[in-house]
Amino acid sequence: MRLLVCVKRVPAPGARINITADEQDVDAAHLGFTTSPHEECALEEAVQIVENHGGEVTVLTLGPAEAEEQLRYAASVGAHHFVLLPVVEADWDPQRTASALTKAVQDLEEGSEPFDLVLFGNESADSGGFQVGVRVAQALSRPMVNGIKGIEMGEGTVTARREMDGGFEVYKMPTPAILGIKEGINLPRYPTMKGRLASKKAEVEVTEPTSEQGGQTRVRLHRPEEKVSETVILGKGPEAAPAVVDLLQELGVL
Amino acid sequence: MSVLVLCDHDRGILAEASLEALTFGRRLANDLGVTCNGVLIGEGADDASTSIASYGADSIYMVEHSLLTDYGPAAWGESLVQLVNETSPIAVLACGTDRGNEVIAHLAATLDAPFVANCLTVDAGNPSSWLMTRVQWGGSLLEDSELSTDQVKILTVAHHGIEAEQTNSSSPGQKESFTPELEESVTQTIVTDRVVLTQGITLSTSPVVVGGGRGVGSAEAFAPLEELAEELNGVVGCSRAVTNNGWRPHSDQVGQTGTRIAPQIYIANGISGAIQHWVGAMAAKNILAINIDPEANMVAKAGYAVIGDLHQVIPAVLEEVKRRKS
Amino acid sequence: MSEFPTKAKVVVIGAGIVGNCLVGHLARLGWEDIVLLDKGPLPNPGGSTGHASNFIFPVDHNKEMALLGEQSANQYRDLSLSVDSGGIEVARTEERMEELNRRMTSAKAWGIEAHLLSPAEVKELVPFVNDDVILGGFYCPTVSVVDSLETGTVMRKEAVETAGCQVFANTEVLDVETSEQPGGITQVEAVVTDKGRIETEYVVIACGVWSNRIANMAGATIPLAPVVHQMADVGPMDILAETNNEIGYPIVRDMDTFCYERQSSGSMEVGSYGHRAIIHHPDTIPSNEEAALSPTEMPFTPDDFDDQMETAIELMDMLGDAEIKYAINGLLSLTPDGMPCLGETTEVRNLWSAAAVWVKEGPGMAQVVAEWMTYGYPRVIDVHGADIARFYDGERSEDHIWSRADESFIKTYGIVHPSEQWGGRRNIDVGPYFSRQEDLDAMFFQARTWERPQWYGANADLVDRYDLKEREVEWDNRWWSPITTGEHLNLRENCGLVDLSAFQIYTLEGEGAVEYADYLAVNKVDVPVGRSIYTPWLNQDGGFHSDLTMMRLAEDKVAIVTGVFDGGRDSFWVNRHMPTDGSVKFTNLTHKITTLGLWGPNAPVTLAQLTDHDLTQEGSSYGSIVEVEIAGLPCRIFRISYVGDTGWEIYTDWDNGPALWDALMKAGADLGIRATGGGVYGSSGRLEKGYRLMGAELESEYNPLEAGLARPKVKAADFIGKEAYLAAREKGDPEVAMCTLTVEDLTDGKGRSRHPQGGNEPILTMAGERIVDSHGRASRVTSAGYGPSIGKHLLMAYLPTELAVPGTDLQVMYMNELYPVKVGSTGSVFDSEDSRLKS
Repeated sequence: MRLLVCVKRVPAPGARINITADEQDVDAAHLGFTTSPHEECALEEAVQIVENHGGEVTVLTLGPAEAEEQLRYAASVGAHHFVLLPVVEADWDPQRTASALTKAVQDLEEGSEPFDLVLFGNESADSGGFQVGVRVAQALSRPMVNGIKGIEMGEGTVTARREMDGGFEVYKMPTPAILGIKEGINLPRYPTMKGRLASKKAEVEVTEPTSEQGGQTRVRLHRPEEKVSETVILGKGPEAAPAVVDLLQELGVL
Repeated sequence: MSVLVLCDHDRGILAEASLEALTFGRRLANDLGVTCNGVLIGEGADDASTSIASYGADSIYMVEHSLLTDYGPAAWGESLVQLVNETSPIAVLACGTDRGNEVIAHLAATLDAPFVANCLTVDAGNPSSWLMTRVQWGGSLLEDSELSTDQVKILTVAHHGIEAEQTNSSSPGQKESFTPELEESVTQTIVTDRVVLTQGITLSTSPVVVGGGRGVGSAEAFAPLEELAEELNGVVGCSRAVTNNGWRPHSDQVGQTGTRIAPQIYIANGISGAIQHWVGAMAAKNILAINIDPEANMVAKAGYAVIGDLHQVIPAVLEEVKRRKS
Repeated sequence: MSEFPTKAKVVVIGAGIVGNCLVGHLARLGWEDIVLLDKGPLPNPGGSTGHASNFIFPVDHNKEMALLGEQSANQYRDLSLSVDSGGIEVARTEERMEELNRRMTSAKAWGIEAHLLSPAEVKELVPFVNDDVILGGFYCPTVSVVDSLETGTVMRKEAVETAGCQVFANTEVLDVETSEQPGGITQVEAVVTDKGRIETEYVVIACGVWSNRIANMAGATIPLAPVVHQMADVGPMDILAETNNEIGYPIVRDMDTFCYERQSSGSMEVGSYGHRAIIHHPDTIPSNEEAALSPTEMPFTPDDFDDQMETAIELMDMLGDAEIKYAINGLLSLTPDGMPCLGETTEVRNLWSAAAVWVKEGPGMAQVVAEWMTYGYPRVIDVHGADIARFYDGERSEDHIWSRADESFIKTYGIVHPSEQWGGRRNIDVGPYFSRQEDLDAMFFQARTWERPQWYGANADLVDRYDLKEREVEWDNRWWSPITTGEHLNLRENCGLVDLSAFQIYTLEGEGAVEYADYLAVNKVDVPVGRSIYTPWLNQDGGFHSDLTMMRLAEDKVAIVTGVFDGGRDSFWVNRHMPTDGSVKFTNLTHKITTLGLWGPNAPVTLAQLTDHDLTQEGSSYGSIVEVEIAGLPCRIFRISYVGDTGWEIYTDWDNGPALWDALMKAGADLGIRATGGGVYGSSGRLEKGYRLMGAELESEYNPLEAGLARPKVKAADFIGKEAYLAAREKGDPEVAMCTLTVEDLTDGKGRSRHPQGGNEPILTMAGERIVDSHGRASRVTSAGYGPSIGKHLLMAYLPTELAVPGTDLQVMYMNELYPVKVGSTGSVFDSEDSRLKS
């Protein structure tokens, strides 16, 4: 089985996000970088699929030269082949990215069978465009469903589950297919020390992408009006119970 | 000329977020001096159509086709493409939900047009270049984005970005039926089945996690936490101090050396909030800390907190939950 | 939560292990009206305490670090927040095995149980160690793992409950305000926070990596750099999980790879001090909101850790297949000299520093600072090495702090020779003879910021002349040269010229100068003009604060000459006790006046060629200061000697220095004069004479009676520490006496000649027992060196009076071997009659 996972290098989420002085980018100095979380799960899923069914996982990224780190991370958790499409500009627009990725997938498939599955993250953690995977799928004329939280491989088919209120929608598609993976589908493994050390030796294929700019352009990033970030105290002691249950209802978990 | 608003529904039940998209579309249409039309696709559309008009849809396109048995991104997307080609709207928009974004992405991909997801505002003053403000990072950041195209403008509206607002219009929107030409291939991605999950919820995927820390005090004292978890269809998690004391198995441990969770709500009881624990819990969408110490890390980091003894608070919450359920 | 106060007695900033323990200790010492602030939440506000690995290896070569580490470990134990896990330092190289022998020696010195283990014995204790890659281990059963967060919480609560300490978390300090007081004193006035302003008498900065930033708000400096220590938590591993314990196996320090492996429940924390030095400016440390984990747990940079991973897997193969679950670039504090920053800041009165303190020494150092604030001096032990006043301006610059941190990070687990010199930030302060000394191929040793020739390569011919040899063992020979012995013997035979430009020279001037000088000194300063005194300065408890020379230059003028290691502390002490009525003016002349020492039997004839002044004991008596012209240059000659031969310290204006040097070298050319280094002045010459050195023999834990520096009578005038000093004299004979010992046989087990370095080697009875007095002070080597004129290796040590008898046989441990020593004298072992000084 041949699987392709498309990942994006993003600033690590989890803290207040600062913006660079030119308002064009996130200042990641305090955050560090990581693989966008949905894609980290996609990678884990792909590795698990080949562990169960045999095959190899290729990981593709479009990003700055430093995105090689994310490819090596993928190597450290069990992926096999790595392709970097290096770009200089901060963040390519979705059309341009999709076009470059499509071309890269076509190149990778040249002279061989198509990938049984191409996995994307549901959306990137940073720009959150919700479209690159769909655009690639359409360009390649393959079925695509987003928001996937469960995959079962069959003979020439894939059954995918997507979360909905109180359960899952089930999709059954022929392969080759493309899926957008959502966090929670699995618990991504951490690299082992040996995995990390081996990943340093992984070969990364670098191909300069060429594609036309699309119609969406960043003007600037800014911060929403400060929400009062302070903790909302629902009350003291058992008297707070009604307020707690109000919250549970509001969040739809009751 | 019109603004077209895709209204998401699931087998006839309208997604509430669609009303926000309609409200947004109505205002945009007013700005542009055009009509605002809704779109409902597939079986059950009739049921979903009732409330649409009062949120500002001048007319409603009812998209019908024998292959549109249930939701399917390609089928819905292709239907929308054909409707757009047919009606040539200035803009197409939908709510920024999983489905809205997905269908709109299919539309944009087919038309090879740009698509701006999760917008909060739009300035349509310049016909060939709209300025929108959209959310990023789950709302932590905003991006001002320029949408430059002579094609139809495609966008989604950030969920919870605006409040849905009914219009004064008393006339029920005019329904227009539209039948696209769909190829069999669109059925590849139509929902084939639905499963309701009643068991097998794991710590890492559970929408509700009720966590306990050192403050719980003993293995036995986890009983009310378990009961609460059960009431909320969630699971129990714990901090490392708890597993170290042998009160819970390691598989229940939330943290960097345990499981990372991402529930809708994490109820952290008597947990001080050591970094090691926080790393595992920080992906939770909401955190409610119940702690006797108002200075505890967990209280500071949580969105919500109750200051008090969990041994008193949890039974009271349980009682209230049961009362409301009954 | 209580209302935010507007006034307090003391505000402690920082609720890490140090700040929490500090408020606890202040409460125990009776302080009230204490406020504790932190910008982060509790119990982990986000500083270095929150990510500490929380273990204490009690053995350290440095006395302050060892004893305060032990003190801290015991405080953790007293709170039952500590587990003795045991710990092993493993060696992969022969050189490290030698270092472990040195560790054994230090363990003996401090009375800490320790054992050398074979690789197999290491494996017995830690079965997952690969014993093929190690040569042995140093096992210390009392290595402990502590709960620093809980300890902080307990100490804080104690202060809250017993002293009403008010605690405010999530409160950021925006400014520390000062006011100008009479006498030009800048004093702390208030702490301004985002919750309000607190007027306060005292402020203590216990802010870890942020300390310098907070100090800067008040115009003070706390020289430390936030540096990264990488740590990765890998697991789970069954063998660890099965212990059902936070820590079930001894901690392993893989010293040669600069790593440690410390079990933490089911996983292993692998920490490293082996990567490149990664330094962050305090202003670039994220806030709690900006930090993904915590401000001091910065994003991990895996490239820096790869080498450590490889070596860690070599030692423990199971680590290779364990998942890296959590990895950080954790911040901790490093200072320019590796020691903490404790005490009142020199710039701002009542602004205190309790910084650059790690978890392993936190509670003890908090106690030190609390005592210091209470009594004017810490009582636990002497902490001159950690005293923040020790730094000169040149050591407080960012350049210096950064450079030192960069160079010293790798030394954290390194094998550091006691005489090891810094590579960077050299030549900060040099004497006026520097180029001449370079021409003579001087080997410079840096003393704080000052370069001092230790020996001169140009004197290599003396090695042949006196038939001298390199030392047999490289360690003993490192940072040493037989040339120094040659210079010594030449000085005793002819004469030597010693650059003393690093002397720290001050004057007290004004109508109150002599009175104030007398208030500082034990001995009478009010002597005739032109006379000098050599005197201790005591602290309030009667222990040594300083030991120096004071000169009555005029009716209203007294000069103070002190050693380069003590200038910072001594000048601060002077300023701290200065009368505020303007009657005394304190001036630092260090960079204006240079000093040359000329000593040896040919010193008088050499000097006589350049001056008409009567240089006999009549015209220039011992201890006298005379203004004369030498080679036409106005000089002040001070008949004194720290090397045991007659001669002078010659003081002149800085700019006249080179001409004076040239004139003396020329005049002495035919008389065998040689430029002579600090190896003679500070070591061999001094040791033969038994002259005590501040910071080595002289510490606050000892008084002049014990040091053998008490005069028959006590002057009438009041002075600091007088009451305690009189009380000590009342008691009669002191319990211990400072002795010079001779090593009787230097041969080690391998038949090699060894040379103890003077790094706290324990003096033991013939039965091999430690010698400890009733205050718990152990007999240990305070200084050591070869006495060329005696032909023996010399040691100095305090011994109980009953053993301080010439001829008593004892032993010294060096590199874990025992050598026979004999008590030589409580005075000089060379020329005990001082006949050479009087010639």
